[in-house]
Amino acid sequence: MVVAPVKIEQEAELRKLLGSMNEIPGRVNPTNPIVPFQQFGHLHFARFVILDDHTLDDIHTAFGLPPTEYPLYLAFLADFDGMPDEFRAEMAGKAAKGLRRIFSCCQGFNGDSDLANWMKDHEIPASTAYVNWLGRTVHQIREENALSAALKLHLRENFQWFQSKTPLQIHEALKKFVQKEISSGRLTLSDSQPTPFSWRLRNFVHLIGVPILLLALVPLLVLYLPFFILQLRTREKRDLEIAPRPSHEHEEELARLEDYDVTNQFTAMGSIKPGVLRSWTLIFILWVLDWSTQHIFIRGHLARVPTIHFARWVFLDQKKRLLFASNYDGSLQSYMDDFINKVGWGLNLVFSNGVGYPNTNWLVLDGAKDEQKFKYFIRRHQLPTEVWYKAYPGLTAFDLRRNTLIRQGIEKSFMPEAEFRQWLALL
Amino acid sequence: MPSSVNYADIQGLVRFGYGKMAEASYLLLNIKNVAAARRWLTSAPVSSALEMKPPPTAALQVAFTREGLEKLEIRPSVIASFSSAFLSGMAGNDNRSRRLGDTGANSPQTWSWGGNGKVPHMIVMIFAESGLLDRWRKSIEGEFWELAFEEVEYLPTIVSDGREPFGFLDGISQPDLDWELSRIPPINSDQLTYTNLVCLGEFLLGYRNEYGRFTDRPLLDSREPGCGDLIEAEDHQSKKDLGLNGTYLVVRQLEQDVHGFWRFLDKVAGSNRELRYKLAEALVGRTLSNGEPLTRMRRNPVQGVGSRGDASERELDIKRNQFTFEMEGGPCPIGAHVRRANPRNADVPGENTTFISRVTHRFGFGHKDIYADLLASTRFHRLLRRGREYGKQLSPEEVLQPAPSTDSERGLHFVAINANIERQFEFVQDAWMMGTKFGGLTDESDPLLGTRLAVPGCISADGFSLPQESGLCRHIPALPQFITVRGGAYFFMPSIRALAYIARNAT
Repeated sequence: MVVAPVKIEQEAELRKLLGSMNEIPGRVNPTNPIVPFQQFGHLHFARFVILDDHTLDDIHTAFGLPPTEYPLYLAFLADFDGMPDEFRAEMAGKAAKGLRRIFSCCQGFNGDSDLANWMKDHEIPASTAYVNWLGRTVHQIREENALSAALKLHLRENFQWFQSKTPLQIHEALKKFVQKEISSGRLTLSDSQPTPFSWRLRNFVHLIGVPILLLALVPLLVLYLPFFILQLRTREKRDLEIAPRPSHEHEEELARLEDYDVTNQFTAMGSIKPGVLRSWTLIFILWVLDWSTQHIFIRGHLARVPTIHFARWVFLDQKKRLLFASNYDGSLQSYMDDFINKVGWGLNLVFSNGVGYPNTNWLVLDGAKDEQKFKYFIRRHQLPTEVWYKAYPGLTAFDLRRNTLIRQGIEKSFMPEAEFRQWLALL
Repeated sequence: MPSSVNYADIQGLVRFGYGKMAEASYLLLNIKNVAAARRWLTSAPVSSALEMKPPPTAALQVAFTREGLEKLEIRPSVIASFSSAFLSGMAGNDNRSRRLGDTGANSPQTWSWGGNGKVPHMIVMIFAESGLLDRWRKSIEGEFWELAFEEVEYLPTIVSDGREPFGFLDGISQPDLDWELSRIPPINSDQLTYTNLVCLGEFLLGYRNEYGRFTDRPLLDSREPGCGDLIEAEDHQSKKDLGLNGTYLVVRQLEQDVHGFWRFLDKVAGSNRELRYKLAEALVGRTLSNGEPLTRMRRNPVQGVGSRGDASERELDIKRNQFTFEMEGGPCPIGAHVRRANPRNADVPGENTTFISRVTHRFGFGHKDIYADLLASTRFHRLLRRGREYGKQLSPEEVLQPAPSTDSERGLHFVAINANIERQFEFVQDAWMMGTKFGGLTDESDPLLGTRLAVPGCISADGFSLPQESGLCRHIPALPQFITVRGGAYFFMPSIRALAYIARNAT
């Protein structure tokens, strides 16, 4: 995530410029001349958002602390395949003029700044990053979607013929059909690119490093636990909830940008409760969560939620604030219901360390289960996302998963009948 | 929360469908003269949910839109505390229309009522036994009616045998409301089996909902003039509860193209009568003859099914509703109307019999099929439906003829009761009915309600998948739009006390 403070005198200009990338608010023009997103073949999702947090006074309301004045930031978020340096170079190459126009509205950017380097310097890494299906590239998504569309049409057009065939015959016929489509160039199914060795090594070290470190920390954690519980429970009983219904204007502004595609964007931020306990709890939780999203939740679901494509949690301003950004399927109402009903405990773990969150008990209980307050809290902390791009409109995370399974079935030489029936039902 | 329910304070429609009162009509009104409207409202014989002996032969119900409350000069600060969906209105903004599928032919611009600038102030619903409706209407009008109201739209309904215009039995599956206030919903744990018994707070304001909480509702400062008769709010003792025993009413006029529906199916079925009925049943998910589900009955009872009425009513309810859906297809297509409207699932899919399975499921693992966890838990998204049919019914022979040019409109006045419009009606309509991705489907929305409008990036959105036993999916392409929205609005249906407050309005 690239973050830079906006020059106040150029805020209006920046908003106008970002707005000009959209066909209408909420729907980007993917070939817009400023940043022609569609030209970036490795880019899944991208967004520009101005981090204008209207809840900064909450820390005063809840804890009597003077609210801090933060600069107004511009954030650029992208989810892409490959290495960050390569992506930045591609951005600097293909959208230099537009990006310069955008970033020149930010402090510290001037005409002779090197674009890629400047972006790298302003990069703030996510504390936790979630990817729905680790390693699945945009290229693969497009190939697999074309494959499943071709298979669907083929089956529909020849339904009568297929109906009279045995599972084995159907499988063979479909494989042959795909072969033919591939050899005639109408379909491609590329092999996956080898993952760089350095990445695999780092991933492996992370996989075993975090648990080893955790194990080493266990004695300390156990010793500290009683104190932690005491401190936590005192605070949970004392901390103030700030979750009034968001203003009509705020709700309308957000709603205006939503529900054009089957997927929506979500950006929210807020201040972290003061004191070491809350910030260290959050750092620790996000550290463990990040391990789980890199090694456990990498195949189609984040705990029980299958609708999130990408998500990230990013600390800002010396870990005084936290930003959460995600790309999810369905409307916000169903997203929030999933939060509450499927992973309420997980939401509580993280966001109960934020100022004003509905009261939790024992860090995981209640909190989000106070449905109405939680929804107000979420909506109130949400920010309008100025520009949002998705590389594959019309496709949900589940669609991508199904397409991958369809491809796997085509590449299998044999499937037992029961398994084949399940596979065929995907089409 | 009161320990028992005061039926005398609740408008009867929440408890009764008034099925014995065969005649009904809905009057959409604008208030011409506020003083006269107040006097009418004060003396109107609004029916309560009390059980009467002998049962009444007619009933009257009243509900208001935001515009109506404004017209009656309810204080802006009070109005602002109603739910935001109610305040915005059904056609209040484009995002809401996108979510509700009110686009294309359903667009509010084309509505005969409820669209921009055409939101009525009130709805008055009258019900009566056969032959009595006209007289009942005259008698409720009284001396102030003419002066008070202007009739924006008159929505008559027909005496039907419980069948909607396509010919299927309608309204045969309803949530069982927990009038006894006995249900304690799980809060930090999960409901592991489907239950049809639903907390009263899902349908009436002022009671605990499925989250064990009170749905947001208008609460008044006890110093507010004129609120002396209102009851203190259970969760805010210093406030008077204007919402208690009230609820929100969703009304939509749905025109049904009955000729179009049956002629399309006839074409697909190659003019084979039996096949045509089979197809229709697959779209709906119930049989045409007696409304039984396509799915096998469950051996174990479902809580809240077959628990009311006399023995024969219980037996009928069990036959019709003691079922849930198999995870992977089964005889009822995933996209069938009744399955979309109520997927009958629990909070967590799959068998949760052991500690291990419960833990693995909680993290999203341990499911054999990939469709697990795609659907939201049903218990938070239930609707109490009180709709009635309108327009001339057609015989099975007539439906196959092309619609005559002089044909009149027919359809359903859809009426749903819910305490939280966004979480209940709007969620069901958006995620389940209009959603082209419901339950892992890709190219279709509800076979009855869908707009068929393409979703960018998808092959189409106008199909219907009929899974075959072989795993092959029979795809029915190019379903026309069968149902078109002609009007709609959100109303607040106050309690009897709240109605008195609104009518009196001392400010």
